[in-house]
Amino acid sequence: MTTTTPGKGPNIGAIVIITIAVGLNLVIAKMMANWSYSWFPPQASSAAPYVDDLFALETGIGSFIFFGCTGFMGWVLLFNRAGKYDESDGAPIEGNTKLEITWTIIPLVTVFLIATYSMNVNMKLQTLGPKHKYAIGTDPTTLIANDPKADIGPIDVIARQWSWEFIYPNGVRSSELHLPVDQRVNFRLISEDVLHSFFVPAFRLKQDIIPGSIISYSLTPTKEGRFRLRDAMFSGAYFSQNQTNVVVESEATYADWLKKTAGQPLQPGLDPGRSLYDRRLARGDKGWATVPPAPPPMVNDPGDPSIPHDA
Amino acid sequence: MTITNYDPRILKAPHPVPGAPDNWKRFFSFNTDAKVIGIQYIVTSLFFLLVGGLLAMIVRGELITPPADLVDPSVYNGLYTMHGTVMLFLFLFPILNGFNNLLIPTMIGAPDMAFPKLNAAAFWLVPVFATVLMGSFFAPGGPASSGWWSYPPMSLQNPLGHFINGQFLWILAVALSGISSIMGAVNFVTTIIRMRAPGMGFFKMPIFVWTAWAAQTIQLIGLPPLTGGAVMLLFDLSFGTSFFRPEGGGDPVLFQHFFWFYSHPAVYVLVLPVFGIFSELFPVYARKPLFGYKFVAIASFGITFLSMIVWAHHMFYTGTPNWMRHIFMFTTMLIAVPTGVKVFAWLGTLWQGNLRLNTPMLFCLGGLFNFIFAGITGVMLATVPIDIHVGNTAFVVAHFHYVIFNTIGFGVFAGIYHWFPKFTGRMYYEGLGKVHFVLTFIGATLNWLPLHWAGLLGMPRRVASYDPEFAIWNVLGSIGAFMLGVASIPFILNMVSSWARGPQAPPNPWRAIGLEWLLPSPPPAENFQDDIPTVISEPYGYGLGHPLVEDEEFYVRRSLEA
Repeated sequence: MTTTTPGKGPNIGAIVIITIAVGLNLVIAKMMANWSYSWFPPQASSAAPYVDDLFALETGIGSFIFFGCTGFMGWVLLFNRAGKYDESDGAPIEGNTKLEITWTIIPLVTVFLIATYSMNVNMKLQTLGPKHKYAIGTDPTTLIANDPKADIGPIDVIARQWSWEFIYPNGVRSSELHLPVDQRVNFRLISEDVLHSFFVPAFRLKQDIIPGSIISYSLTPTKEGRFRLRDAMFSGAYFSQNQTNVVVESEATYADWLKKTAGQPLQPGLDPGRSLYDRRLARGDKGWATVPPAPPPMVNDPGDPSIPHDA
Repeated sequence: MTITNYDPRILKAPHPVPGAPDNWKRFFSFNTDAKVIGIQYIVTSLFFLLVGGLLAMIVRGELITPPADLVDPSVYNGLYTMHGTVMLFLFLFPILNGFNNLLIPTMIGAPDMAFPKLNAAAFWLVPVFATVLMGSFFAPGGPASSGWWSYPPMSLQNPLGHFINGQFLWILAVALSGISSIMGAVNFVTTIIRMRAPGMGFFKMPIFVWTAWAAQTIQLIGLPPLTGGAVMLLFDLSFGTSFFRPEGGGDPVLFQHFFWFYSHPAVYVLVLPVFGIFSELFPVYARKPLFGYKFVAIASFGITFLSMIVWAHHMFYTGTPNWMRHIFMFTTMLIAVPTGVKVFAWLGTLWQGNLRLNTPMLFCLGGLFNFIFAGITGVMLATVPIDIHVGNTAFVVAHFHYVIFNTIGFGVFAGIYHWFPKFTGRMYYEGLGKVHFVLTFIGATLNWLPLHWAGLLGMPRRVASYDPEFAIWNVLGSIGAFMLGVASIPFILNMVSSWARGPQAPPNPWRAIGLEWLLPSPPPAENFQDDIPTVISEPYGYGLGHPLVEDEEFYVRRSLEA
């Protein structure tokens, strides 16, 4: 930016300072990019490394820009401040067309490269399958075939105000989502009341669930553990309670669980909004209007929310 | 001095202003003087900043601990919905219209707005819909509680079954706000196109006028679809239609398109005038011409155009097909280009300047600092795979508060301090202003910077309770929010006491270049009256040594004598 100074030849001192500043900024940007990996939950799906890499790339570029610009601001604040009684004007620079074209082109190229790279990542993940509308009250599950690339599925994910229910192809119903590690799973996402969102931070994936539509969605867990599944689209009074766990386990453990659970009787599943709703009723139904929670789903495995989750 | 080329009807229009009493009562009347209306807008919206801030502090009070323990979750949902609604429709939109009223006529040398009565009517709709919105707290079942997006089918659930309910009043208030904004926009755009002082070609207009024009153009294009969407939502809620109800064959996602087609550009309606404020203030306090004036002016309309074709980036995870996600990712990222042009131009303006760090300049510098950060997280959010992870989490909350408070809010405060002497005729107290800045900067950073990490770790937005691992970020955020509450004390103290008994302001206390600074402080009812100056230079001629208008000494002398 020293090129804005008119009528001066190359200034060795300025070039040295700029080189050192840019070098330092590059080092800081790289450190920020490396640090950014620790800001996420563990990587538990095949999508997670892509997202984290992309985020680290943008953190690096962003840090370079941020510290570059704010470092520049710090410089002018230190060296270009007017004295208390100094009423003189600054250098009467009105602009510099070359510089202005440069700072139009460089951001343009940068964002295009980022967008192209993200587009490729997006094509590679291929999580979102077809989406079909259906009349509420009819059975939508026949509308969508299983994802041909999936190893497991389709598992029906039913979101309600405020509970989750998972129905496996063999008919097993569960309040927690058990998945085998390293296998591509296909889901059919269904809601019959309001919008919800299937969000597992450790997977770095999120998909809204639209009432009146059935959505095919696929992903591959890559790490064993218990991960939180959070409703991420505001769904009413007990929205923040509408969470459950995804249990990713080895193929053998998963097969065992599926077999064992199939023999268990149906019982009321997790109903996380209920206790707060009961508390409200006990206090004389005070508060602002809400629909009551849907009855708990009848499931073979109600899960155990008291087991601590990994992320 | 010169004959102006206004439509002669403008000055002949019956003008109740000159005879109006010059006391506080004029602020409570149907006054058609743009400068009175501007102050009416600003004072009203600052009151609602306090209301919205109070709601925010209850929300942050709930979030200081993981469980939902302060208020019932249904109450929490109503409070955060009303917080967002009040801040947008009763603080930010009206306060920027206040600036438009004060600055557009004075900056272009017009006696008033093109349609003074329409202007007053647009303002007086604000207290009307404010009453409707505040009244909804007392509606059966409480106020709207489906977020400021009001996404159906959630917003269509009417548990108590009353015809008059919070959501109904909310939609009514938003529709009235839209009508008021359209009335304002027609007025501002007409005034800018038709009523500039002689010699003031488009490329001699101050950047604030450019940005106001660019922003109000968005209002004219974007508000009709939103209002249409709101009417359909109202029909679904109250009259049994099913535009958006899935059980009647409607599509809830359709509403999201209507909503975001306006509500994303709405952010640019808010931020563009603040870009204008930055572009006005940096030259004054750096004592330098604005770097690349024409590029900055044109970039405003670049932003206006792009803002119209980015809305679906709010819907990357709603089932939007890949091809559409990609188009909207590219268009959204493109906005970084004209925005970058402006940021670099401000930095170029600071370079080799002679910086004076008074309160307005501090708010500008703080706002620019925050905006660079917000721009970077904005590009991250435009990136589809990242948005799919952080969308609808606290990361988004942090990002948009960095834009809407840490940038727009800061710009608004900078503008208030900078033009306070001009329109009240009094100086503010610099010391209190600096205390206000320091508390605001620390509070705002503490409030929203930590929430980025909560979002990256997977904390959804709009939750009344959360898992304990997010506690640390929320405790910090809440402390910051309460600090912002405290920051309002020196601000209120400063504004009230300065206006009541501050030292008399000279016509041009900042030695600024601009038509408004050639007027007395405060300017008379019809600004330059019959002596409209002829503009001969581009704005921001600091250090260039040529006058802005013909016979500049005459106007300077007249402003001093007034």
